[in-house]
Amino acid sequence: MPPDHRPDLLAPPAGRASLGEAATLHGPGAIPPLGTEAGAGPIDYSPRRIRRERLGELLSTKPFVVGGIILVGWIVCAVFAGQLAPYDPLAQSLTATNAPPSATHWLGTDSLGRDVLSRVIAGSRDILVISPLATMLGTVAGTAIGLVQGYFGGLVDNVVGRVVEAVLALPVIIVAFLFVVAAGPSELTLVLVIGFAFALLIARTVRTAVLQERDLDYIAAARLRGESALHIMFAEILPNVGGPILVEFTVRLGYAIFTVATLSFLGFGIRPPTPDWGADIAANAGYLSAGYWWETLFPALAIASLVIAINLVADSIEAVVIQ
Amino acid sequence: MGGRPLARYLLKRVALAILTLILLSIMIFLAGQVLPGNPGRAVLGPFASRSAVQALDHQLGVDRPLPVQYWSWATGLLRGNMGISYQYRAPVSSFLYPALLHSLKLAAVAFVLVVPLGVIGGVLAALRRGGAADRAISVTGLSLSTVPEFVSGIVLIVLFAIELKVLPVTANPPSGSGPLTQIRYLILPAIPLVLILFGYIARMARAGTIEALDSDYVRTATLKGLPRSLVIRRHVLRNSLLPTITVIATQTGYLIGGLVVIEDLFNYPGIGRLIFTAATDKDFPMLEAGVLVIGVVYLVATLLADILYTVLNPRVRLGGSE
Repeated sequence: MPPDHRPDLLAPPAGRASLGEAATLHGPGAIPPLGTEAGAGPIDYSPRRIRRERLGELLSTKPFVVGGIILVGWIVCAVFAGQLAPYDPLAQSLTATNAPPSATHWLGTDSLGRDVLSRVIAGSRDILVISPLATMLGTVAGTAIGLVQGYFGGLVDNVVGRVVEAVLALPVIIVAFLFVVAAGPSELTLVLVIGFAFALLIARTVRTAVLQERDLDYIAAARLRGESALHIMFAEILPNVGGPILVEFTVRLGYAIFTVATLSFLGFGIRPPTPDWGADIAANAGYLSAGYWWETLFPALAIASLVIAINLVADSIEAVVIQ
Repeated sequence: MGGRPLARYLLKRVALAILTLILLSIMIFLAGQVLPGNPGRAVLGPFASRSAVQALDHQLGVDRPLPVQYWSWATGLLRGNMGISYQYRAPVSSFLYPALLHSLKLAAVAFVLVVPLGVIGGVLAALRRGGAADRAISVTGLSLSTVPEFVSGIVLIVLFAIELKVLPVTANPPSGSGPLTQIRYLILPAIPLVLILFGYIARMARAGTIEALDSDYVRTATLKGLPRSLVIRRHVLRNSLLPTITVIATQTGYLIGGLVVIEDLFNYPGIGRLIFTAATDKDFPMLEAGVLVIGVVYLVATLLADILYTVLNPRVRLGGSE
């Protein structure tokens, strides 16, 4: 018996809670190892077929398609910003400041005479790099923490759980705020801080999902075969909690955009003069009362369309995965 | 079975909240100390002499070992002493309490608007489950809940304050104005918070209503011939509102996070703006106390919601499973 084998091997009543979910939650690419028959469904439900069916189901839902098109549109803007933007987003023109939307400047110019359309297009760049990176970091770290918490339980679970609760007593935006001020605003700080806060949130979800799997027969079987704790956590349990993790990722991605935009608006995110929606809104909000609404409204609509698009996609994925 | 397990549960819940609060205070204190920049230097500026900075550090007590500093900070808090602001050289509490009061006013306006709207929306969606109204309410609520407050705030300012000119652009009424005028000035800043919270509350109310609609007791009530409106009023609504209490409490913390943005946008002197200014000024005692107050408000709100939920839920109250 390997040394890292749990001593209370037979303590949890094996197969007590058969949720019938183990089969549907089989993650992509999982090769059902020996001994998973107890939790798995009929043989022809291969992961690949389930995946293809789900994709077809997703493509037939309207919110997913609408959200997907908007999201792809913004990704195209971010990748080809140099080609799509009609002007240099940094070029100032002090003779054409605060010009309303016209044929030459479709969305007008801002207080420094910069083309608003070009800044909106180029502004998609940083946020679409930082947010997915932060969410990925949070998902990987959160999954690892949640697996350890759920699998080992006991003292580890309690200590980590308390710390998670304490941090989550603060809104994510305040946590991010506190640490960005501490480390100084930079792209890397944003990724690390948002990733850290999300890791705690995601760990909570993963832990709950792991707890439902831990006492199933296939885990008991893996233990009896003498598999290591690491193997059981990452090769046995992880593929079966893939669904909730995917849902967490897409939902958190929307919040990452929200958080990055908000921090930039407050002046603790992406710094001017780099084109950024949140920072541009903050820079031009003072001109609103003078009637120069286009400088703030268009970046605001850009943020709104991006977060709504991600949410429509996330909600559709959630509906298909959690059936 | 009655009271004993309930009392024990509540006691345990309070103890856990206190433990969480202690952990939170340690983390906030550490984050405050990790903040780069030496306090004396931050207050006196880059041209002050080193000895002057050291003297100020000594006077502020920041040259002592960390555990000693934490202990004096934490015991001070328990006695109501939140420290001295670096920026204003005056007690933090004299700024914090008025700011908190301002924020509570704004939050109250938001809650008064959003709770009935969210509950009505959620119940309507549940009664038309799967229909167009359900989809519309769910998708709208979900979409609005992820649009940052300053984004919806900007759109609202453009629409109501600049184009239609029906509401004021600022949140600050002229001094000496009555409560009604004050509320009128708070409506526009409150709407972005309402938009964010609407989706959550409607979602919980919808789920609660659907659960109640599918329950045996509602089927029994329907089968014994009660009119549908009576079944909904007497059997469905009461049960569907229960989980809504929890979501309202958990969103309180979120609401305060949103206040930072809204108060900045509308230039409103609440706790969010206080924290924001403290962070830009590197005024650590103010920042630490402000963030801790937010944590306390959240912990107290969730604790109260848990207690209320437990007391109101007959299944828990009568000694079912905990």
